[in-house]
Amino acid sequence: MNEAGMTAKQLGLISCHACHFLSRRPRLVGNQLAYCSRCGAVLHQRTPNSLGRTWALVITALLLYLPANLLPMTITSSLGDQQTDTIMSGVLYFMHNGSWAIALVIFVASIFVPLMKMLILTFLLLSVQFRSNWRPRDRTQLYRLTEVVGRWSMVDIYVVTILVALVKLGSVANIDAGPASGYFAALIVITMLAAESFDPRLIWDALEETHD
Amino acid sequence: MPHIACHQCDLVHHIPPLPERATVRCIRCGAVLLRTKPNSIDRTLALLLAGLILFSVACSFPFLGLRSGAAMQETALVSGVQTLYNQGMTGLSMLVLMTCILIPLAQMLGLFYVLAPLKFNRTAPFAGRVFRWYRSLQPWGMMEVFMLAILIALVKLGEMATIIPGIALIAFSLLIFVLAAMLSVLEPHQVWEKLGGNHE
Repeated sequence: MNEAGMTAKQLGLISCHACHFLSRRPRLVGNQLAYCSRCGAVLHQRTPNSLGRTWALVITALLLYLPANLLPMTITSSLGDQQTDTIMSGVLYFMHNGSWAIALVIFVASIFVPLMKMLILTFLLLSVQFRSNWRPRDRTQLYRLTEVVGRWSMVDIYVVTILVALVKLGSVANIDAGPASGYFAALIVITMLAAESFDPRLIWDALEETHD
Repeated sequence: MPHIACHQCDLVHHIPPLPERATVRCIRCGAVLLRTKPNSIDRTLALLLAGLILFSVACSFPFLGLRSGAAMQETALVSGVQTLYNQGMTGLSMLVLMTCILIPLAQMLGLFYVLAPLKFNRTAPFAGRVFRWYRSLQPWGMMEVFMLAILIALVKLGEMATIIPGIALIAFSLLIFVLAAMLSVLEPHQVWEKLGGNHE
């Protein structure tokens, strides 16, 4: 058998998603599950229900994106004055103070990256759904990008945590977390789960179907 | 078992004998299939022990102090979480507690449990399972993101108050570098190969 250019699926093999151990695809009846003999993970040819789950998570994330950006993230009270800040007004605050680098970090991590991530995943989902053959290598690269970069979006949540914990100076200055912080945290966790539930091998499956 | 399937496009590759420092990429999609690193387990263990010591320092000493006029406020790593919790932001406080304290700690302990016996050519019971959990928690430990947040918060607070960095802050910054170095010397594929004989 010529194995060059064949996938595990075509060869009747399953690669364990956790330890990448190659097993022969077992014959399963009904709800029977197969386990990896090396690490004990459940074996799947592809992540089960990858498309449906990723769609659900991406749509949830899109819905959360609005309240996360429009509601106040922090509420600062200082000598009787009260000021609410959204994510964007925090960015503007740093810009006016001349801290360009920090304004850029928060803008990229909190506003740009979550949006890009949702758009990229939507694009990947659509391309898989329509069995596109368009530049699979670049699409896999896009997927890798969303996987690596997502965690950094959490930075704003931590900034709020630190500010809330530290600025407790009674009537002089006090910072509280606003309602957006909960939405924003949920948004980041859900986009990370969405990236995890998408199986990039689906991008390549369309190719093999057309070759066969 | 000289065959491996790419985990991102499923293409099966035959892996030839490799030199000591090599990176093998998938010919079709470019994903890294595996790396070889000399003394991977020894070096990982050394950095892991350093990490555990730094982590205990970071958790038990004051993190940051803030002084504005006569008012003074000091905080430790856990007390930020506690303040959020007291404000009724339970979900948020749990998220920070998990991603910055519990998950990194669980990961370090789990990795130690797997690697320490491997160094002496033994396998701990359920080592495969523990290492799998360690790997699946990987995206959820976010201490380095927290470090970036500290820097941003310092700039923001620097104008309204005097900031006194604590010992825990220094330990925490070192911890980030030690863990990053540890991740770059740890090669999961080599660990899996060594665990290979153990069929649970």
